[in-house]
Amino acid sequence: MSKVLLDMKNVRVSFFTPAGEVKAVNDISFQLKEGDVLGIVGESGSGKSVTAYSIMGLLATGGRVVGGTIDFNGHRINEMTEKELRKIRGNEVSIIFQDPMTSLNPVYTIGNQICEVIIQHTDKTRKEAMERAEELLSLVGINEPKKRLKQYPHELSGGMRQRVMIAIALACEPKLLIADEPTTALDVTIQAQILELMNDLKEKIGMSIIMITHDLGVVASMCQKIVVMYAGKIVEYGSVDDIFYNPQHEYTKGLLRSIPKLDDKEHKKLVPIEGSPVDMLNPPAGCPFAPRCESCMKICLREMPEYTAISDDHYSACWLLQKKEFEGGSGKNE
Amino acid sequence: MSNLIEIQNLKQYFPAGGSILKPQYVKAVDDVSFAIKRGETLGLVGESGCGKTTVGRTILRLYEPTAGKIIYDGKDITNVDMLPYRRKMQIVFQDPYASLDPRMTVVDIVGEAIDLHKLASSKAERKEKVINMLQRVGLNSEHANRYPHEFSGGQRQRIGIARALATEPEFIVCDEPVSALDVSIQAQIVNMFEELQEEMGLTYLFIAHDLSVVKHISKRIGVMYLGKIVELADSYELIFNSAHPYTKSLISAIPIVDPVEARTRKRIVLKGDVPSPVNPPSGCRFRTRCPYATDLCAEQEPEFREISSGHYVACHHTERVN
Repeated sequence: MSKVLLDMKNVRVSFFTPAGEVKAVNDISFQLKEGDVLGIVGESGSGKSVTAYSIMGLLATGGRVVGGTIDFNGHRINEMTEKELRKIRGNEVSIIFQDPMTSLNPVYTIGNQICEVIIQHTDKTRKEAMERAEELLSLVGINEPKKRLKQYPHELSGGMRQRVMIAIALACEPKLLIADEPTTALDVTIQAQILELMNDLKEKIGMSIIMITHDLGVVASMCQKIVVMYAGKIVEYGSVDDIFYNPQHEYTKGLLRSIPKLDDKEHKKLVPIEGSPVDMLNPPAGCPFAPRCESCMKICLREMPEYTAISDDHYSACWLLQKKEFEGGSGKNE
Repeated sequence: MSNLIEIQNLKQYFPAGGSILKPQYVKAVDDVSFAIKRGETLGLVGESGCGKTTVGRTILRLYEPTAGKIIYDGKDITNVDMLPYRRKMQIVFQDPYASLDPRMTVVDIVGEAIDLHKLASSKAERKEKVINMLQRVGLNSEHANRYPHEFSGGQRQRIGIARALATEPEFIVCDEPVSALDVSIQAQIVNMFEELQEEMGLTYLFIAHDLSVVKHISKRIGVMYLGKIVELADSYELIFNSAHPYTKSLISAIPIVDPVEARTRKRIVLKGDVPSPVNPPSGCRFRTRCPYATDLCAEQEPEFREISSGHYVACHHTERVN
């Protein structure tokens, strides 16, 4: 049994805006074991990025962890000071952002930006750091690393910049890599390169990955466990196979139904999820998905359901499951 | 069925510096020809920078073509006054946040085209037409006096579509109309495009980088690489019988929404990046990344030939690839 690396317990993150409190992440719990790849899927505004930023202690102004605990590798992240956080960021946990075009600093060379991390966290000299940077660039598959070290971000293509971002993230061999939509801004052929690279590096370095994405295809090929988020809540958690072959929550089912499949042999009409995403300033009282749910019942509009365990490692929050369990349970008693 | 749109040897070069004696050009579209039948949807796929958007915009003459011909319904429109044609040819843009004027109400956004083409004789008729359009795209009259910021991405895209439909066009260029939307909303909009096509007999040029969406909506698909069409075929033929190595790698690069298949599938991962369109490689433009490339590919540009009925491909080594 491998060790638990990250333990999120009842975490709540709110943003305090002039228009009111936005509960971006509302009472979520999950665990990540060493060496695992966890996917977080959900639509924009579902709180998947906020979850990641809270692990890094990187919430934007106005955002705060207002409840719960985040335990990572022996640190209680939500009680750490900025100074303490700086010691682990880029060292034990690092992040790759979505947009490789804007996440590198345009006025520093690539070499400079990789060295910055190494010098910050180790006692290497600048010269040693540069050597390490060169190694890292070849590790992430960039040709002529010596030449690239002296180049600026604008001289590289999108795919190469994302590789540089990965090199920076891996500089100190982190225990956990958070990838926030790492391939969304890239073309599919480049996306395939980057995903392959991440898979290789995971084996080599032995790190865990949290993969945040809205692309179910990426999740299917990369992850072992999946968290499905909707409006700041985890609506379903399970292994990849559970989620794809035995989805329990109506939102997960709807999501899987609504994507066109490349290997369909005939034209099937898509089944969309009707309605619009939730307004996070005025979320519905009960289950946030209820207004868009086809099987919505009266209770769904009033109360948020508890989690129902489908198996040891697969649970979902839906009243339909509670109903089934209740009916199944009473059947057994008779 | 007759062709509604036909382009012949279309070229679109953009100036990209260089000196006066030796000006340089980005060859965004380089000798592209295809035709779209009335009522048909032609999909255009390719990676960013391959020229697919430029093709769409040049057909509408939002850019003046460098060379080549654009034929609409049998008439050459390469050099004519576009106003009468604008009514029949419309566009839906990619970004529903940037393509609506934030200071205009929905009724004015949709009504602007009606005013321009004098399609309504009175204010009441204009309003009626706008509301009719809004209802067609799944919005209602209450939405008419609101501003774009009051809507979600999917709703904004519906407004963009209502604006395109307001002039009762025959042909719409859909330029990545769903790529900025969430997956659950994408399906709503894709279905709407299909329903509108059935009701109004529309013809689409559907541009996107997501091959699964394009395959779903299009009858035929053209694959572009560095300003050229490398393969053109019926959608199912293109997906299941692709002949060009680029198409094959594009298909294999798409992450499959099925974990078991994703684990067992063999991917063709292309090396390197797309070369610059200012100095594209000689001969076949794909040869620098192609696993099958030979000397012939560098010397000679492959001909765009028909390998089976309606299936065109530009590759020297089709037989070897398959």
